[in-house]
Amino acid sequence: MAIEVRDVNKSFGATPVLRDVSIDVESGSLTALLGPSGGGKSTLLRVIAGLEEPDTGTVCISGVDATRLSPQRRNVGFVFQHYAAFKHLTVFRNVAFGLEIRKRPKDEIRKRVMELLELVHLEKMADRYPSQLSGGQRQRMALARALAVEPEVLLLDEPFGALDAQVRKELRAWLRRLHDEVHVTTVFVTHDQEEAIEVADRIVVLANGGVEQVGSPAEVYDNPANPFVMRFLGPVTEIGGNLVRPHDLEINTTQDGGGTPATVTRVVRLGFEVRVEVEVEGREAWVQVTRDIADRLQLAAGDTISVRPKSGARSLALSAV
Amino acid sequence: MAKLGLRTLALVYLLFLLILPVILIIWRTFGDGLGPFFEALTSPSAVHAFQVTLVVAIWAVVANTIFGVGVSLLLVRHSFPGKRVLNALIDLPMAVSPVVVGLALILVYGRFAPAGGLLESWGIQVIFSTPGMVLATVFVSLPLVVRAIVPVLEELGEEQEQAAHTLGASPLQTFGRITLPGIRWALGYGIVLCLARSLGEYGAVAVVSGRLVDQTQTLTLFVEERFQNFDQPAAFAAATALALIAVVTLLLTKLLRPKD
Amino acid sequence: MTTVMTPVSGPGAPGPETGSSRRAPLRPGTALGLGSAVLYLSLIVLIPLAAVVWRSTEDGPNAFWQAITTPDAWAALKLTVGASLIVAVVNLVMGTLIAWVLVRDRFPGKAVVDTIIDLPFALPTIVAGLVLLALYGPESPIGINFAYTRIGVVLALLFVTLPFVVRTVQPVLLELDRDMEEAAASLGARPLAIFRRIILPNLMPAMLSGTALAFTRAIAEFGSTVLISGNLPFKTQVAAVNLFGQIESDNLTGAAAISTVLLVVALVALVSLDLLQRWGSRRG
Repeated sequence: MAIEVRDVNKSFGATPVLRDVSIDVESGSLTALLGPSGGGKSTLLRVIAGLEEPDTGTVCISGVDATRLSPQRRNVGFVFQHYAAFKHLTVFRNVAFGLEIRKRPKDEIRKRVMELLELVHLEKMADRYPSQLSGGQRQRMALARALAVEPEVLLLDEPFGALDAQVRKELRAWLRRLHDEVHVTTVFVTHDQEEAIEVADRIVVLANGGVEQVGSPAEVYDNPANPFVMRFLGPVTEIGGNLVRPHDLEINTTQDGGGTPATVTRVVRLGFEVRVEVEVEGREAWVQVTRDIADRLQLAAGDTISVRPKSGARSLALSAV
Repeated sequence: MAKLGLRTLALVYLLFLLILPVILIIWRTFGDGLGPFFEALTSPSAVHAFQVTLVVAIWAVVANTIFGVGVSLLLVRHSFPGKRVLNALIDLPMAVSPVVVGLALILVYGRFAPAGGLLESWGIQVIFSTPGMVLATVFVSLPLVVRAIVPVLEELGEEQEQAAHTLGASPLQTFGRITLPGIRWALGYGIVLCLARSLGEYGAVAVVSGRLVDQTQTLTLFVEERFQNFDQPAAFAAATALALIAVVTLLLTKLLRPKD
Repeated sequence: MTTVMTPVSGPGAPGPETGSSRRAPLRPGTALGLGSAVLYLSLIVLIPLAAVVWRSTEDGPNAFWQAITTPDAWAALKLTVGASLIVAVVNLVMGTLIAWVLVRDRFPGKAVVDTIIDLPFALPTIVAGLVLLALYGPESPIGINFAYTRIGVVLALLFVTLPFVVRTVQPVLLELDRDMEEAAASLGARPLAIFRRIILPNLMPAMLSGTALAFTRAIAEFGSTVLISGNLPFKTQVAAVNLFGQIESDNLTGAAAISTVLLVVALVALVSLDLLQRWGSRRG
């Protein structure tokens, strides 16, 4: 295990932020800490980095108990949400910083930094100052800076949070490729479930300071441990007291299939997808179908249909309210 | 540990440079009760010095307030060639020694200078008289109102004023109803700074006033003259009065200062 | 209370249309206002200062040189520059330290300390001198007498310049991104290395500009030194006091020469300050 967090508790004043959190991060994995804001995920990341001290519990990094180690001695790379670029240093000197602190020989530093700048596609920017870079470039510089010291683990706090949507998409794919190249154990914090599913190979869902579920993206999406996780990971709708993914429902224009009777209230065509809004047992719900199916069924508002989960679809019973 | 050391060092420095000396003079002034303090301050010379100080300061504050508001509007709301130069010149008085200020005014407005001679022939004496002291005080406190208002005017933006124009307000109405209320705290802050500086000015006034006791003597000149004449109680009393004004100023500016 | 100057090229030169790209005729209101402002500034500041410079050079460079190199004037100028340099260095260190303690430390009474830092700006200079003389004069209750010594002069200058560095460094320190320090820590930098490599370089422009302001003020200072220095020529007499004596004895040309030197030193300090600020903002 690259990181083992055991029974960590942390409060800020009277507010508990982490409650008995235990997670394991495998060596070489790319793990997402996913959850709503205020769920404690950034705090957990900072506890792993040594930037916050847990009230109780332990943190082991590469088998060594690091709970009381200062951040200087943990050999973790930390990438801050707002990059924390050293404004007074050039891109080159930013990336070289950790190596200079470790008093590596000059030519070794030069070689390593240029390699890294190439890796993050900033080799032409070496002599610029951070203020002359775009947000995405600053982010990549911060990543190179964290990687320069060959950390045991790389920690990224909302790495794409401050970027606009387009750059964000590009950097996601790039981070995934980068991880496949360098294989450093990586943990990143995000509140965006799409980002977590696309980039990570393991997802830890955190809410209210506790771990809700841990698993691969497919596991947490398809087999959510509880309604919270199911809601947070993707679209849901409620039929017959069960939470179901809208794309796991099928529509029948007759009542023979044994589904639940429903009335179509609205049909919204969103390109390839069609969102069929229905009323089931006096409650609103919706079904996601493809355009082909919608065309074949020729649905229109007011139609009476029946709705049922597809075979093998996962649904969660909501306890009676 | 290091933190405690730094804190101690900083506080000891402030204690010995600033806090103890100020406390000591207040303690000495009031050492024999309030009676001697008021007695020293109500002597005819002290009262006269106070009056002179007030007259000079009020003129200076009025002049610099009008100038300050006008120039701030000019710098923020208007465009003209040489704006940067004007902006820089406004800070110039800060870099000039008060004694140089006095000399500069003597060289232009003194009896034997062209402008001073002309004014003298019209019966206006500038140097060794109130107008000169007002000029000197205006000089040293000139940037204060401008520098207090300009950032707030910039922050305020032009939109509200333009909105008022579109609603039919004349420039004067716009100023009175929109601009002035918007800058009133900053203006108050600037005026307090300017007043404090005017009441406390020593060097420039010392040069242009001629330091004539009971004629052109301000409160600060009174402090110096009493001290040199071994009348310590009077010097300390006046100094304490000035120090109290300074403390009030400090608290007022703390209150008025634009929060960021 | 801040009398800290806005830098000459700073954000004080506002307005969306600065520069000469637009050559539209001035609006009548602008022209009237500008005329009055320039007249006011000229009558009170510019013409008198020009008269000083003109008077000092009236009799040619030799006379100017002689006026500032009379033994007492020269000694006063040397003392002023020397004392101001010492004061600048002490302010650089202590001002930064005080700003640090005010921003990063927490202790009871901090708000009060933060407020009284500005007291030297609010206190009349003659009172400042008197106050120091009370503690460090012949009647000192702690038995230290710096009256009529150069130490007394330096003390007076330290008193009146105290707020400059504190008040320029403090806001920069407040704004300083704490993430930078955490990033440096996670890259292995110890507290001292973080200070030297991250904090200090980011504070340096503010520290230096505060120091330049303090130096300028010290060069020009008069009131606070009058009482504590005793004005002993060749020993404790600073330039402004020497200048005052020359004016009193009606040697206006000599006085103008010394004034010009003081003006030039102040302007050089301010121009360097401006350059410093540009250097600082280059990396914004």
